[in-house]
Amino acid sequence: MDFELNDELKMFHRAVRDFCEKELKPHAHIAHETGELNWDAIKKMPSLGLTGLQVSEAFGGVEMDTLGAAIAVEEIGRVCGSTALTISAHNGLGCGPIMAWGTDAQKEKWLPMLTSGDTLGALALTEPQAGSDLLNGAQTKAVRDGDEWVINGTKAWITNVAWSPVLTVLLRTDAESGSRGFSMMLVETDREGFTIHPPEKKMGLNASKSHMLTFDNVRVPVSNILGDEGNGFYQTMQTLDNGRISIGALSVGLAQGAYEEMVKYAMDRTAFGEPIAKKQLIQEKIANAAMEIEAARTLIYKAAWMKDKGKKFTKIASIAKLKASLVAEKVCYDAVQVHGSAGYSRDYAVERMYRDQRLMQIGEGTNEIQYLVIARNVLKEFESGTFTML
Amino acid sequence: MHIVTFTRSTPDTAAKVEVDGNGAVSWGDAATVVNPWDEYSLEEAIRQATNVKGDTTVIAVGGDLHNDSLKHSLAMGVKNAVRVNADGLDMTDSLQWASLAAAAVNNIDDCQLVIFGKEHVDVGSDQVTYQTARKLGWTMLSYVSEILELDAEGGTIKVEKTVEQGKQILTAKLPVVISVLKGINEPRYPSFIGIRKASKATIPEWTPADLGIELPASSITHDAYNNPPPRDITSEIIEGETIEEKAAQLVDKLLEEKVL
Repeated sequence: MDFELNDELKMFHRAVRDFCEKELKPHAHIAHETGELNWDAIKKMPSLGLTGLQVSEAFGGVEMDTLGAAIAVEEIGRVCGSTALTISAHNGLGCGPIMAWGTDAQKEKWLPMLTSGDTLGALALTEPQAGSDLLNGAQTKAVRDGDEWVINGTKAWITNVAWSPVLTVLLRTDAESGSRGFSMMLVETDREGFTIHPPEKKMGLNASKSHMLTFDNVRVPVSNILGDEGNGFYQTMQTLDNGRISIGALSVGLAQGAYEEMVKYAMDRTAFGEPIAKKQLIQEKIANAAMEIEAARTLIYKAAWMKDKGKKFTKIASIAKLKASLVAEKVCYDAVQVHGSAGYSRDYAVERMYRDQRLMQIGEGTNEIQYLVIARNVLKEFESGTFTML
Repeated sequence: MHIVTFTRSTPDTAAKVEVDGNGAVSWGDAATVVNPWDEYSLEEAIRQATNVKGDTTVIAVGGDLHNDSLKHSLAMGVKNAVRVNADGLDMTDSLQWASLAAAAVNNIDDCQLVIFGKEHVDVGSDQVTYQTARKLGWTMLSYVSEILELDAEGGTIKVEKTVEQGKQILTAKLPVVISVLKGINEPRYPSFIGIRKASKATIPEWTPADLGIELPASSITHDAYNNPPPRDITSEIIEGETIEEKAAQLVDKLLEEKVL
């Protein structure tokens, strides 16, 4: 066992912290109020690798491992949830599938553009009537017509699409084949028949935009298929496993940011003649936050490590995301509580963090789905007698 | 041309620094940072070297604490880093510091320009910049707010200096030592590729023997340290009907306390 980050990751961690403190933290409040991301900061991200965390160097990325990518997302989440979700989705959902399953031509065409800091990547899975149950519910379909696929349907809650030149879409290409009846396709966002509807009005993460999309006889060439025809559902499941580590890391970042605000406020605010940090009921919240964040971060790091080692990581990714999202809620709740009425004011960062954390139990699989995934894997382990092993 | 710049690791400005009765300075477990003024000199060295297609070296004087700043400099894009250290070096003795700094500069081929940040934030002083220039026997241009032209072939540098009454533009023959102000540039962040390279780099250490000098004996002895007595602060909130009334009361109090 070795809990020490290597020198490269230590330096990276520090550089990202520094970047976030200077470039993102001062804008986080503005992002919350106006719904605008700080694009000046995003354009500075490529050299630090934040727009191509796991993309090869040849295509403008830095080829980090999952642990490094998780650390980056956590650090951004610590100061600005909106930017963190944008960057997490861009890397994991936007660049991830193209990097994993793209042909050389697809990678060369899209990845340099996506890692440039001028555009962002996106993935379209969810539909108005299908989120957790894509297998039975997803209706958006592509029908082969000569050298083209013709796409019709509606996708919902698609993050980053407003800034994407291209997005990966999960499509039903064969209605009869169940889980083998899906394919992933690249769709350029300037195709005829493709419409991006106004952004959703959300509870938080105000500057991260999610849109409903409609496809009305959108035609793409057969060369736009991403990976093998019929593999789309399995590609989706793999992408979500990876995404869970990232959303978990973002949850830890939100918790960490709220925790720091909470402790500082408690040391500063006096009541009954002393800082409230000296009151045992406040200390219980501080100690709990310290303990829970430590636990959540360790789980995220372990999930990332297992993925990087090539081990099965579906169960640990679900465990880590579930735990981290619950910790984010609890710590942000307590941070608001410690702030008293100030915590209920938009003038304090914890109000924003409390709103931002709420998505963590919904995105990349709701927590109810995480319980399902974990239990299904545990039962499988017991049935096969491997439950005592890591 | 070879451009040399200096850096050092200083306690984070947010860290609580304490000096004990023997003059020992400590800041607990707080991290060190690159001397904030050096961000600008490092950036300027990289930019000027790019313009003249020259080489860059960053030097730190002192113990291995300073390797973090040297690695940060490499990650920003400075090409070489070296640390100069000597047994018995007193970091508060600026003449010893400058002697090592000048000897290290002399050990680098074709160095025509040395760039310092305006000051060292930990000691709150910039005298090593002047002393290093004096030891080298070079021209010193302090408080440079812009390098207008670095002419490698002509052997001159034209700079804008900030002086009390405004700006001064002047040209000097190389070699020169300059110190630069905040605002001369926008320092870049380390790049990931730079970090990857810097994290694997081994920083060479030069001793006075390597540089062909002897560390001058310190001519200063510290006889006593007297920390300021802890301040007894009381706060008062001024009450009043109107802003004007409160302001008048505030001014009266400030006059009474001889603040104004």
